[in-house]
Order: sequence, then structure tokens, then C-alpha cells
Amino acid sequence: MEWVDFFLQQLITGLSNGMIIALIAIGYTMVYGIIELINFAHGDLFMLGAFLALTLLGMLGLGDWSGASAWAAVVIMLIASAGFCGALNWGIDRLAYKPLRSASKLSLLVSAIGASFILVNLGLFWGGLPMDVFAGGVAAAAPKDFPALVPNTNLLGEESLVQFTPKDVLVWVVTVPLMIGLTWIVTRTRLGKAMRATAQNPVAARLMGIDTDRVIGATFLIGGALGGFASVIYSLYNNTISFQMGYRAGMDAFTAAVLGGIGSMPGAVAGALVIGLVRSMSDAYLETRWTNTIVFGILVLILIFRPSGLLGSRVKEKV
Amino acid sequence: MTQNLPMLAAALALAFSASALAQSGTLKIVSSLPRTGSANAQTGTIVNGIRMAIAEVGGKIDGYEIAYEDWDDASPQRGNWDPTVEAQNANKAVTDPAIVGYIGTFNSGAAKIAMPELNKAGLVMISPANTYSGLTKPGMGEANEPAIYRPSGSINYFRVVPTDDLQGPVAAEHVAGSGAKKVFILHDRELYGKGIADVFQKRAKELGLEVAGFEGIDTKASNYKSLCQKVKFSKADAVFFGGTTQSNGGQVAKDLRSVGFTGMLVVPDGCREEAFIQAAGASNLEGNTFVTFGGLPPEQLTGRGAEFCAGYRTMFGTEPEAYAVYGYEAARVLLDAIKRAPTKDRAAILKAVAETKDFDGALGIWSFDSNGDTTNRVFSISSVKDGKFVFERRAGDAPAEGTKAK
Repeated sequence: MEWVDFFLQQLITGLSNGMIIALIAIGYTMVYGIIELINFAHGDLFMLGAFLALTLLGMLGLGDWSGASAWAAVVIMLIASAGFCGALNWGIDRLAYKPLRSASKLSLLVSAIGASFILVNLGLFWGGLPMDVFAGGVAAAAPKDFPALVPNTNLLGEESLVQFTPKDVLVWVVTVPLMIGLTWIVTRTRLGKAMRATAQNPVAARLMGIDTDRVIGATFLIGGALGGFASVIYSLYNNTISFQMGYRAGMDAFTAAVLGGIGSMPGAVAGALVIGLVRSMSDAYLETRWTNTIVFGILVLILIFRPSGLLGSRVKEKV
Repeated sequence: MTQNLPMLAAALALAFSASALAQSGTLKIVSSLPRTGSANAQTGTIVNGIRMAIAEVGGKIDGYEIAYEDWDDASPQRGNWDPTVEAQNANKAVTDPAIVGYIGTFNSGAAKIAMPELNKAGLVMISPANTYSGLTKPGMGEANEPAIYRPSGSINYFRVVPTDDLQGPVAAEHVAGSGAKKVFILHDRELYGKGIADVFQKRAKELGLEVAGFEGIDTKASNYKSLCQKVKFSKADAVFFGGTTQSNGGQVAKDLRSVGFTGMLVVPDGCREEAFIQAAGASNLEGNTFVTFGGLPPEQLTGRGAEFCAGYRTMFGTEPEAYAVYGYEAARVLLDAIKRAPTKDRAAILKAVAETKDFDGALGIWSFDSNGDTTNRVFSISSVKDGKFVFERRAGDAPAEGTKAK
């Protein structure tokens, strides 16, 4: 049955795309949960993670990647990009957001937009570096090919119409444990408890002896690191990076966070999966030009009929 | 006081005429091309072509100094041409009386903005790269085209490249000639991409090809896997993408191959640049991807064209990219008109450009027709091998070529 194959295929593609969006969306929702800031720089932070990964690949040497060396490179990139994005996000918080803690939320938002511009231009500059992976840097703004370290072979057999590849496996193998780990941190550790307390009432948390600045810093660090993981997964899945990729990825993730109920982590994941699936189904069964209309149409409807998002109201504590 | 007035007036008049005299010694040519972003690889060689043409006349015509300025119509925010910047460029050109020629634009969308402004000022504009048919040809674009670009009622816009209404059919003929039966058409919903996809579709149907789908893509999407799976499941044996590298052509090519589509992919000249190969990944284009291009690639040029390539290598030490020769040709035809113009003002030069007939250029012998289009109709089809464009064959020579030139 060909239509069944086609439908299954869209499910696979949609869910894989959705899981990548989910990792980015968690970064938005965590930061919003704790300081009520829509961190517009998050998508661009994610973009820089991808540039770091490609730069690392270039330094490791471009060649025929296969087997163990490819997987080793993937692990190195994941760790490096996560560390880099986490540290950068923490640094941005210290420099651009912390001094505005007591200012109005609007100042904070404008500061985030400013940070976003800086990161985008940093990406543009980075793409112009004279490295082989950036084609010598002659066209800084051009999309860059990201080597296919993860094979595109069909795990269901080459004759199968449905394609399920190691790329899809990679997405799930990396994202699911990360989400479980994050849930564990938030619900079971001292830091998580402090984060939940700070989210609920920062003043009371401070009175109880919680170092809220440290907790907020940790939130940025974790959110940024997840963005870093997402950037490597995204690059390995799509095989193209560009200095403008943070805009769309950030937009999708932000929409996912709002759709799921901003501030709620399970909500962000649910929202991202919905967006991934809707995009996929709309591209496949309708026309690609309607896809954005449908995604944002759903967002509008949810906000009208369920203003707190899909899972927003059910979660009492926001992180 | 009153006695002094005539003297003051005389002094003013003298000063004014002196400055006018100084200005008339220099004729300025400007180009407006996207110099920031991925198109720069192409526009850089266009600018080189222009500089070369000016150097060949020694930077002087009939005692007039020829000055040239290389303007950018892109902005870093867009990484591509920017409507605001193009509008500023057009205004700047109109208000500087020393400017007698405007070479540009690279993108057809940018031309739409500059054309009416320059038209009102009677300033001649020659494009080395615009291929959207509606800019010059009635009935090929929107209902109000091309009249909307000609508010003064006369023509001031010319181009040295063959248009999309000729290129689309060449691509369709190539697909049909390969034995394909069913084609899926994608486009980027932009002026150039959708325009060329439309004429491709028309010709494909005439040739008896079945059109499996006709869809505009979201040019900012992170991937096109779902769309490409739809293409694969439609059992199409060929795909035509109307768009450019900037509208994500590289990702489309990449995803078509990643979902296992093995049929032919044909893309237009907007993708004929190194950046496209870089974005798509050379291995994804190997074998079954073809690029149509108005004119011949530099290494296939003969006669004056070959001389141009040799001269270019000596002067700049690099290989000319595909559009270099069009920059050269646009500048040469403008310089030729300046030479022929009896007075060196905008109106006379515009008239001389319009009268260009049987021009012995690097692209062959051609003329401007009554719409301002070149009569040159040579196309080429290239494939990609080892990460480089490789010339496959010459195409599209219309029988009308000889008759129209007369």
C-alpha cells in the first residue's frame, strides 16, 4: 500500500524535524520560565554552534568520513558545541541581561534583540574565514555544505519505499536522553528545586537563601548547551548551515514553546512535535506555500481558545 | 549696492559655467550590483569585465574622461540585494548629472525598482544579468508590465542576456530530449524563479511531458524532505527548480538526493555559480543535474569572446566566471554608444544605445530589438563533474536570429 508508506514516511520526517525543534524550544521555555524573557538571541546562538561544529570538522581534516572516525567526530562536535553555546549563553546573560534584572521586561527584550543582531553578524563574519569548509571564505553569506558524517542508508532495506536512516536514529538517540536528563535535573536535584523556586517567586527564593543569580546563570548554561546539541544534530540531519538559519529555527522553536505553553518543558516538546508533524503533513498533502499559514493559524487558534498553550495550565510550576 | 548686483550676477554666472565646464570633462558610469553576499562571486567578475572594457578605450572617449563607480545594492542584513539600497542607488544616479550610464542590476527584482526611476530621468540602464521576461516583453509578465517600468513612455532599459521566456523552454526541451515522461516543477515564488518555472511548464506541456506537480517552496525552510518525498512518490523522472542559490536551490538538490530521488534535476542560470555547488554538496549534483545558461560559458567563447577571456586572465589573474563577459559586453555597448553620440548628454547617449545594430561583441554579432532585448539567443547546458560545471552542449539557437538582426 503506497499511501501507507507515504504516510509513515511523513510521520518519520515530521517527528525527526520536531525533535530538533524541541531541543531549541526548551532553551526558550526555560529562560522564559525563570526570568520571563523571550530570548530572541537563542536561535542565533544555535546558529553559532553549527559554525563551531563545522570549523572543528575543518580542523580535524576533511576527508572521507566513515565508521568509527565519523562517530568520534560527531561526539567531539556535540560536546564542543554544547559547551560553547552553554558558555556563550551564560556570558550573554552576565553581560546583557543581568544588569537589567530590575529594569522593565521590555528593556530586557530589546537587549535580547540586540544580542541577536550581534550573533548574526558574528556568524556572517565566521562564514568568511579562509577555511576549506567555508570554501575559502569567498562568499561569507552563502549556505555552507555540512559533510554527511552520518550515512543516509535506508535501515529498512534499499528496496523499501519508506526511508528510515541513521540520521533519524541519531536525532532520537541524542534528544531523548537529553530530555530525560533535563527532567531529572529539574525535578530531582537541588539545582532543579532552586530553579523551580526562582521561577515561582524570585524574591521569596532569595529570602530562603537561594542564590538566584547563580540559578539563573545555570539555566542559561543548560538552555544554551541544549541549543548547542541541537545545532550539531540539525547540521548532521540537514547537511547545510548558513548564518541566517537561526532565524527560522528560532521562530519555529519559539512558536513551539508558545504552542505548548511557554514556561512548560513538556509543553515545548509537545509543541515542537506538533509543528514538525504539521509542517511535514502540509508539505506532503497540501502545498508547501500553505505550510507557514497553517502552522501560525494553529498557533492563533490555540492562543484564542487555550491562551496558556497546550500543556501550559496543567503544569503548576514553570521552569 | 545696486551697482554691485550685475557684477555679482556675472561673477556667479562665471563660477557656475566654470563648474559646468569642469563637469563636462568627465562622464560617469556606475554599476549597481549585489556586492555583499553569495552573489558576489558573480558580480565581482562582472565588475572586472566593466573595468576591462573601460581600460580598453584607455579610460577616455573623444577627450572625455570615463569615470566608473562600483555600487553595492545588497545589505549585510539580507545577504542579498536589498530594495531599499537599490532605490537609494537609483536616486543617487539620477541626481548626479555627470552619470550617463547605469549598469545593472543583477537581480530582476532589483531592476523593477530602479527602472521607473531611471526612466523618468532618461538615464540609460543596461543589465548584464536580468532575465525576467516581463521587464521588457509585453504579455510575458503581469498585465501592467512592462509599461509600469516606462513612465516616460520611451525605453531606457536594455539587456545583453537572453530572457527566461527563451531559457525555460530550453530547459523543457532538454528534459523531453532525455526521454523523461513526467516532470515535477518547483519554484521559489520569486519574480525570476516563478517566471521561469511558468514558461518551463508551458513548453513542457507542449512537448507532451506530464506535469506531476507545480509548487512554490518556502525558501527559508531548514529542509525539504517532505516535499522531496512527495516528488519521489509521484514517480516523476525529472525535476525542474526555478530559483537561485540564494532561494535555497542547494538544499532542494541535496534533499532530492537524500530521499532517494534518482531522476534528472534541471536548474536555471540563477544556480550557475560555485556557491550553488558548495551549498548542495558536489556529490549530490554529480551525474544527473543540468544547468541552463543564457550564452556560452567562458571557455566555449570564440573569436572576440576568446580574446576577452585571454585578456581577462592576463589582467586579473583569475578565470572569468560565467557572467563576466556580460559585464564586459554591457560596458562595451555603452562605451560604443557614448562614442557614437553626437553630444555627450544622457538623451544622445540613450538614443545611441537604442540604435545599436549588428554590434560586433564578445557574444557574437547582435543588436538591441525594439523592446531593448538582445537578439542573441544562444544557450548552453552544463552538468557538474568533480565539483565543477562542465559544458555539455549548445542549445536554443533560434532560427529567428539572423532575420531579427537586420
